Amino acid sequence: MINRFNKYKYSSPATFYGLAGRLIPWFYGAAALFCMAGLYIGLVLAPTDFQQSEAYRIIFIHVPAAWMSMFIYVVMAFWAALGLAFNTRMSFMMASALAPTGAMLTFVSLWTGALWGKPTWGAWWVWDARLTSELILFFLYLGFMALQAAIDDPRRADRAGALIALVGVVNVPIIYFSVRWWNTLHQGASVSMTKAPSMASIMLVGMLVMALAAWMYTIAAALSRARCIILERERNAQWVAQMLEAEA
Amino acid sequence: MNWHSWSEFFYMGGYALYVWGSFGVTAILVAGEILLLRSHRQKALELALNTVKYGKVKNDENET
Repeated sequence: MINRFNKYKYSSPATFYGLAGRLIPWFYGAAALFCMAGLYIGLVLAPTDFQQSEAYRIIFIHVPAAWMSMFIYVVMAFWAALGLAFNTRMSFMMASALAPTGAMLTFVSLWTGALWGKPTWGAWWVWDARLTSELILFFLYLGFMALQAAIDDPRRADRAGALIALVGVVNVPIIYFSVRWWNTLHQGASVSMTKAPSMASIMLVGMLVMALAAWMYTIAAALSRARCIILERERNAQWVAQMLEAEA
Repeated sequence: MNWHSWSEFFYMGGYALYVWGSFGVTAILVAGEILLLRSHRQKALELALNTVKYGKVKNDENET
């Protein structure tokens, strides 16, 4: 109890558990608000595209999901690296908490991509560099989750999972730059840091608002999954007993 | 406003299957994950409660 105020305070599962519990409703609320605003902009305000008619509206789901699928993997790898370097339990738990949401959003980006590809390219799927590397990302998420589930000892499961997360992260820049490095059917980036976006600004705003919604949702889901993992792993710890008795 | 009627909105210029297939499946997956998280939380709470009741509670020394 003497070292209550130490530098590890916020990496302690007990502190994290309470803090996350207070933050989750706010992130879910923000996600719902951004989602409603984004859907209104995307489905009502944004005009019909002169080339793709209404099919282009898939962009409001597809692009935010694809961005998040890559970003979540990088964050997961970051926590895995931190866990390996400093052996902090909370880091590994955060990596595990992010994986299912990342896998779900990767699937969403592949699924909406197929539904967009059919009317615009005439094919549900092509073995193009962008699509293939995104599919590999999906398998990396599934591999991470399967490996962790297959190992009984949580410490070994954490380390094995962290290894997949770290090795697999090289795939993320491959996905991102695939449209530049190879001749792909998938179009290049419509939004970049260096030049003006090649789309109507109302469409861009809708896409960014939906991306914010996806971001808020991911944080809420990952925090609440992390809380479940903490309860499972720390159920022998005294603070869990004290907390549950205080609530009962 | 782009739409003149609800039926025109749902028709999506003939791309209803693709547009609503994208938005619909995404909504189902997100709702499904929220439900899964809820049941995960119930199970984790039950497990912790049972451990507190029947299992031994040890002092947690390495609180990092």
